[in-house]
Amino acid sequence: MRGKLWSLALYLFVLGFILNLLGIVTHVTVSAFAKRWFGTPLPPSFTTDWFVYAWTNFDLGRVLGVTVIVALSVVVLALLLAYPAAYILARRNFRGKTLLLLLYFLPLVIPQMTYGISLATTLYGWPIGGTVVAVILANLVPMVPLAIFVLIPFFEQISLNLEWGAQTLGASRLQIFRRILLPLTVPGMLTAGVLILVNTVSNFELTFLVSGSGSQTLVVALFYNVFAGGVRPVYSVDAMALMYMATVLVILLVALHFVRPTQMVFRLDQPMR
Amino acid sequence: MIGSRRGEPRELDLTALLCLAPSVLYVVVLFVYPFLHGIYLSLRPVKQPGLSLANYVAFFSDEWQYGTIWITFTLAVPTTVIVVSTALFLAYGMRRGIRMERTITTILVLPVSLGVILLSIGIQGFYGSRGWFNQMLIGAGLLSEPLQLTNNHTGVMLSLFMQQFPFCFLMLLGYISGIDPTLEKSARTLGANSWIVFRRVMLPLMAPGIAIAVALVFVMSFAVFPSAILLGQPAGSTRTIAIAAYHQAFEHYDMSYASAIAVIMGLCQLAGLVLIVLVRQRMVMAPTMGVGKR
Repeated sequence: MRGKLWSLALYLFVLGFILNLLGIVTHVTVSAFAKRWFGTPLPPSFTTDWFVYAWTNFDLGRVLGVTVIVALSVVVLALLLAYPAAYILARRNFRGKTLLLLLYFLPLVIPQMTYGISLATTLYGWPIGGTVVAVILANLVPMVPLAIFVLIPFFEQISLNLEWGAQTLGASRLQIFRRILLPLTVPGMLTAGVLILVNTVSNFELTFLVSGSGSQTLVVALFYNVFAGGVRPVYSVDAMALMYMATVLVILLVALHFVRPTQMVFRLDQPMR
Repeated sequence: MIGSRRGEPRELDLTALLCLAPSVLYVVVLFVYPFLHGIYLSLRPVKQPGLSLANYVAFFSDEWQYGTIWITFTLAVPTTVIVVSTALFLAYGMRRGIRMERTITTILVLPVSLGVILLSIGIQGFYGSRGWFNQMLIGAGLLSEPLQLTNNHTGVMLSLFMQQFPFCFLMLLGYISGIDPTLEKSARTLGANSWIVFRRVMLPLMAPGIAIAVALVFVMSFAVFPSAILLGQPAGSTRTIAIAAYHQAFEHYDMSYASAIAVIMGLCQLAGLVLIVLVRQRMVMAPTMGVGKR
């Protein structure tokens, strides 16, 4: 009896959470299409004008362009920086390893607002302050460690025998890297890449602190337009929010379609056993 | 080149050092250096030459500034308690797996990818005085006046809950699923009821996981910034310490004072962590961890 009540409460909570999430998302969606909406269950009439309004007034073409450039650069650079480090961390045991892992761990657990202000100060002290480059550099600070921690288990899954075998057969280091490690870590790179992409697009604090007027990403521009409240019609802000949400959801869908992280490594590793 | 993964710690050869160097250099130049520079800058006030604690003295002698510490605590502490206890309740209930676990987990995690700004906009609409939530309650005859759920503490805490809950839940679920289920079964065989199993067997085993969850949620909540602006009263009852630091940096352009406030924010988070560790050490520790559900 008590077990029944317990699981009933559990499902009720989950239901409540889902309804709350649905309400939040649907409210934004409906409001974006509303001509005007005051205290009624649904707006009396609908329009798509706010999307046009948001696109032209908020300079969304450029903002989207910046977002794409920043997100893609962060993905590529983070993977480039993290890949070799993750390999060594997965394969070697050396003195000071724990300390090194702690160093990589700190940018992930210290809140961005705590270190963001000093980071912004430093970046503004350099000639790149407020530019797209500064936004990319700042976003890399938490994303390089994230990529490292995502990649490590993928390297650990690759049997050492493969590398030893190749070496025995006379493969050079470059060949081992190009013909064995690189193909086998594609799933890991995809997983890390997707996580970084979603994180960079939706990351607010760091981008907000280091960006200038020309280097705002979508989510930061969205914040400024909500903040400017009163000046902007609320429906146009909701239209922009909807476009932002669509961007994130498209990335997620594409990601889930392409990335099946565990499968591929497992299949390729099986003949070894 | 290829070393053994397990075994004695060894010195690194040149190739390995070259592999580690780029990312280490990056974290040092863009994380460690700015961090230390920020501390140094906070000790060099704009108005005075040389090193001094003037910024810190100014902060703690101005109620408008030091009051933000209290405000932030009143937001972060209740949020932490609510988030961790709900997540614990849910994760404990799901420890042996339930129907539709994957779907439920996915839905619970969705808010994270939407990001704090979108959540705040949605909460402002849905829970606002003219939003659907209040309309439903009034329509059902439960209320005559709409509840004030946004532009105050409640609004900020709602948003914090949506952001913090998913990852706290996942962490606890992972931790609790790793506890050897035979321990629980043995306790039951010996006649313990559900409450005793929870209180005397599971809780001590879960304590380390709970402590980590509390620490992470508290530290993250203490840095609350965008939702305190969008869903609270940034110039009044929800002027958190992060907002105070931001104001100094980007409205008064006093980076030195702003850095001092950021350092104080970091120290408050550290104080919270130390407190959590101390409380945790006083609790009974049980080292038995098994394989558990996979």
